[in-house]
Amino acid sequence: MITKRIIPCLDVKDGRVVKGVNFLGLADVSSPVKLAQFYSENGADELVFYDITASSDGRKLFTEILTEVASKIFIPLTVGGGINTVDDLDRVLKCGADKVSVNSGAIKNPDLISEAAKKYGDQCVVLSADVKRVDGKFTLFAKGGRENTGIDAIEWIKRGAANGAGEIVVNSIDTDGVKNGFDLEMLEAVCNVVNVPVIASGGAGGIDHFKTLFKALPKVDAGLAASIFHFGEVSIKDLKNELCYDGINVRR
Amino acid sequence: MIAIIDYGVGNLYSLSSSFKSIGADTVVTGDPEIIRKAEKLILPGVGAFRDAAEKLRATGLDKIIIEETAKGKPLLGICLGMQMLFEKSFEYGEYEGLGMIPGSVVPMKGVIPDDLKVPHIGWNGLIFPENKEKSKIFKYLNEGDHMYFVHSYFATDCDEYVSSKTEYGALLTASAEKGNVFGVQFHPEKSGEKGLSILRAFCEL
Repeated sequence: MITKRIIPCLDVKDGRVVKGVNFLGLADVSSPVKLAQFYSENGADELVFYDITASSDGRKLFTEILTEVASKIFIPLTVGGGINTVDDLDRVLKCGADKVSVNSGAIKNPDLISEAAKKYGDQCVVLSADVKRVDGKFTLFAKGGRENTGIDAIEWIKRGAANGAGEIVVNSIDTDGVKNGFDLEMLEAVCNVVNVPVIASGGAGGIDHFKTLFKALPKVDAGLAASIFHFGEVSIKDLKNELCYDGINVRR
Repeated sequence: MIAIIDYGVGNLYSLSSSFKSIGADTVVTGDPEIIRKAEKLILPGVGAFRDAAEKLRATGLDKIIIEETAKGKPLLGICLGMQMLFEKSFEYGEYEGLGMIPGSVVPMKGVIPDDLKVPHIGWNGLIFPENKEKSKIFKYLNEGDHMYFVHSYFATDCDEYVSSKTEYGALLTASAEKGNVFGVQFHPEKSGEKGLSILRAFCEL
């Protein structure tokens, strides 16, 4: 039986992991390479890397770091941030990424998803959507959640999957950073319209939130989080042990 | 030396990094001379069966692989590389494979329940066949160990050669072997320590 995946997410800026990291026993914790290796060796099922550097200098640095990370971790690696063209996909795939996450780039050019899927296969294209309730409707946001596109998020995701996105990451802006649990209502709405893996993001504050997620929504395939893992509040090993104890199938 | 056969499909960076990490001497190459000199061969592959099989034939590497393995040289096919070891595939038509292991490759759609997602993406456990000796490349594994899968097609009509299956609404072939020819549907280079142990065992053959 296929397992539920636990995915730490690393935001990389100027060659460092931002959001701060606070592990015990790790010397240089904000080194993306060391942190990626740590997660890879400690039970993460996959890693997501976001390039949040704006300048082209930063992009070059990110590419170098990505290559180093890809040579040292032996679990799937998804890369996102600043992916606007098929050439951008090409660039990160050549550095060793297994999948590429598109967000604002797909909003600017919706054909990006189908072009990328045709060239690299559906399994390679991850659609990441930042979603927030506006007047009670799930609405798509762009530019890291700063810009309201006015687009119906559920329709957008449905179309993205039909155009070849092989996986969907749903980032709930409403629950992000609140640490009060995943946005089950939003995730359910997404699960009802797609038949590709759905990855929940935004709101994880503890082990119970992952339990609730996988029990309430069996169609969700993975849970993604950043700070609770980086700060050592939750270790992936403990999380998986607890999930397993509750009858949720995980890789250990 | 192990040759990772480069015939123009997919990125071989993580595959070569994973061999490097276990200290294996590998070279990524499409050069027939180097492939002939290598002690072992890796046949990778991503994408569509037809394109990959055509590229392999266009480069003439198909014949070299068949000749070299006939001499007893171990070969490991990974993912689409594994599917190409079989006689034929029914991915968008009917196409001939290398025919090194009897069997064919078919879509999982129609075999697994409709509500299951395709492709089968994620970590899934290996089930070893009963009354069969464990594959030599799995010597460091236990039944139930998880591997990372990404595929929409699987090998069938090859029961005699199956070395492991995985359960995804139905029992699907996860690996097969015939003599010195080995194939794994999953990605050992993306399956953590357990996955690397398969590459290690292959190097030790």
